[in-house]
Amino acid sequence: MKTETTPGYAVEQATQVEGWNRPPVVHPDGEGELLEVSMGPHHPSTHGVFRMDVALDGERVVKLKPVFGYLHRNHEQIAESASYLAMMPYTDRLDYFCSLSNNWAYALAVEKLVGQAVPERAEYIRVILAEFTRVQNHASAIGFLIQEMGASGTPLMYAFREREKILDLFESLTGSRMMCNYMRFGGCRVDVTAAWLEAARKVAAGLPQFVDEFEALLTGNEILMARCQGVGVLKPELAVNAGITGPMLRASGVNYDIRKVDHYGIYDRFKFRVPLGDHGDIYDRYMVRVLEMRESIGILNQALKEIPAGPVMDPKAKIRGFKPKPGEVYGRIEAPKGELGFYLISTGGAEPYRYRVRPPSLINLTVLEDLCLGQNVADVILIFGSVDIVLGEVDR
Amino acid sequence: MENELKIELGKQGVFVTTIEELYNWGRKSSVWPMQFGLACCAIEMIATTMARYDMARFGAEVFRPSPRQADLMIISGTVTKKMAPQVVRLYNQMAEPKYVIAMGACAISGGPFKQGYNVLKGIDRYIPVDVHIPGCPPRPEALLQAFMTLQKKIEAQSLTGEDRPRHLNAEASGEFPVPEQGEHDLEPPVNRLVWPLPAQVK
Amino acid sequence: MKTVEEIKAAIEAAVPGAGVEILPNASPSAQHSLLVNPAHAIAIAKFLRDDAELALDFLSNVTGVDWLDKEIVEKVKVPRQVSKTVDGVEQIVEETVEETRKHVEPGYLEAVYHLFSMKKKHGPVVIRMRTANRTDKVELPSLTPVWRSGEFQEREVFDLYGIVFTGHPDLRRLLMWPEFKDHPMRKDYVEPDDFEYEPTAHDKVLERAKAHKDREQGTGNREQAGGTR
Ligand code: SF4
Repeated sequence: MKTETTPGYAVEQATQVEGWNRPPVVHPDGEGELLEVSMGPHHPSTHGVFRMDVALDGERVVKLKPVFGYLHRNHEQIAESASYLAMMPYTDRLDYFCSLSNNWAYALAVEKLVGQAVPERAEYIRVILAEFTRVQNHASAIGFLIQEMGASGTPLMYAFREREKILDLFESLTGSRMMCNYMRFGGCRVDVTAAWLEAARKVAAGLPQFVDEFEALLTGNEILMARCQGVGVLKPELAVNAGITGPMLRASGVNYDIRKVDHYGIYDRFKFRVPLGDHGDIYDRYMVRVLEMRESIGILNQALKEIPAGPVMDPKAKIRGFKPKPGEVYGRIEAPKGELGFYLISTGGAEPYRYRVRPPSLINLTVLEDLCLGQNVADVILIFGSVDIVLGEVDR
Repeated sequence: MENELKIELGKQGVFVTTIEELYNWGRKSSVWPMQFGLACCAIEMIATTMARYDMARFGAEVFRPSPRQADLMIISGTVTKKMAPQVVRLYNQMAEPKYVIAMGACAISGGPFKQGYNVLKGIDRYIPVDVHIPGCPPRPEALLQAFMTLQKKIEAQSLTGEDRPRHLNAEASGEFPVPEQGEHDLEPPVNRLVWPLPAQVK
Repeated sequence: MKTVEEIKAAIEAAVPGAGVEILPNASPSAQHSLLVNPAHAIAIAKFLRDDAELALDFLSNVTGVDWLDKEIVEKVKVPRQVSKTVDGVEQIVEETVEETRKHVEPGYLEAVYHLFSMKKKHGPVVIRMRTANRTDKVELPSLTPVWRSGEFQEREVFDLYGIVFTGHPDLRRLLMWPEFKDHPMRKDYVEPDDFEYEPTAHDKVLERAKAHKDREQGTGNREQAGGTR
């Protein structure tokens, strides 16, 4: 952490643009010294290599500019010289907590591009894997959030204990703990066995107890409430205008879940509710994540019960010489962090002409400055943690 | 001292050791890594410290956020050209004795992202690396294995002589030049003193 | 939701002289897009956002696309006078010869916006804007004042493609460092040559590593390098 003081810090003009206003940055007495702090890129609580340029007036934040790019790995450029299928393992590395949902989003986009159908069993497997992914992502996200509050390790240990169980399932099915590379255009790579389904049912049956335990530790916790309630409030109008998606949007009370809106896959067959917050503060974001875990467990139980027999790969799906006809597509899913979309342009070749990832983590950070202005510097870390980002997806 | 004699004496209740052994034993059993994650591999690093794999068994669970308090830097993930100067600077700020583990394909060579314009093709272009772990990501077991390898390396370091560690050698510098971010690339793109050209096989 | 034709008509009714063009999309996804004249873009964007029926309040995705200059080769028949020796006498004869003519269609940079409605839960509506060329006339109006979610994404497009968004409140590079000069996602970007030789099964890496090796040995850098590890 580098700190320096700039004498006579210039008062910044408010950005007055129609549609949204950014609060002006002013020093109370118009002059004097602000403390400029560069938080990151090596900072213990920035989830990786994220940096914020913060100006402080005492404890109060008066300016906050995020700086990106420390993990810019040129995902999109590499795609322009790789075949469609070869990008599947790269999508694992976008949001490395949720490789299976990334796989699904990409497979969905390509399937839309070529008009490829997916067999029913494969759809069920996708739902099961995506919901397991959501549970472990939300658990870890809450664990990291609480860790930043100062509960060094304990909730994270609980979250990772459960995560290991889910990763074991992924590993026995796909061969890798984190980088699963499992879905294909038109289905899934291998079929699940009866034994795997049995194991998955067992893990799913243990999850409610884990969430209960987690909530018993946290939900009514006085410190958590004192630090989180009323901090980092995001208004629904700003959230919609700034393109916020995922649990963060729903914590502000906007009912928009792509599983319900687009009915992609087979989500319209399952009964689940969309939890909404009504204050839009950190506590609501925490609560929405907890409730979403519970809904995911409900979906898991239904899917694991109803999964039909059949093939997992469409026999007509083309694998070798995969060359979509010229055209373009935007496909999106509700990833644990928000709307994950893929925009592909094909000019008829074996490689996409343009391959773009719509990263929910990056766009959810748009409002970071608005949430942090006027707050204490210690709360910046909490607000940042409640956004739930992964740098691999922010910078790609 | 001969090993057999030592064991023999030990059986008699007399424990004999050398300063070197004692010193290295102390160092190897309390290596404090820096809390420093770069990319996907960092998640596996965190998983290693958690209950199932439990890095604490090796005396290395104390992750220090400050480079001044750390002995070991685990380069866990892709080093981009934007990040590389910071990584070298952090390494320079660590106090001797210091060690580096390059975790994962990216830290070793750029890995799957090798073709990227912003990706450094291996951190050993700028700083010396003690242990490389292949894998994408390496499993937690692999990190533990690398850790044990590092402990063996520390144990075998002699305190005197030509190949003594840097912190006992007044001439050896533990600081490495920090690359600048230029208009098209890092300058210099590689530190040839750390990363000489590979020998040519005719 | 309205079809693209209806949206086009609605825009043209609301913004006089808007000049919207429909770009059909042949893929099964059938997400046709609307090509928008940059001069009217802000007015159109506001209309799309505020119209009660469309209510496209959510700008999901902003992308840049680089379309290179296209060289179009066509064969044309042209009459031409040729000298020929006919029966031992040199004559000038008129003949039609086939000639290949080339002309270059200038490339452009394109910004693509994907709009959805959170209120009405429909979408996507795709709108595109094109710059005049790829070199100096690369300005497009920023839609960030209308939809805030464009803020970082337009900065990214500026960084990687070099489209200058006028009216953007804070147009800086997003991903690369500020001193960086190039726009690396353009199709004609040349990467710095930093591939050392190494044995690998990756064809493309191998090719470039080999090119690097040839170059480095040609300049005799090896001797200067020296040093021990
Ligand atoms: S080696 Fe693989 S898992 Fe590790 S940082 Fe690189 S891409 Fe991610």
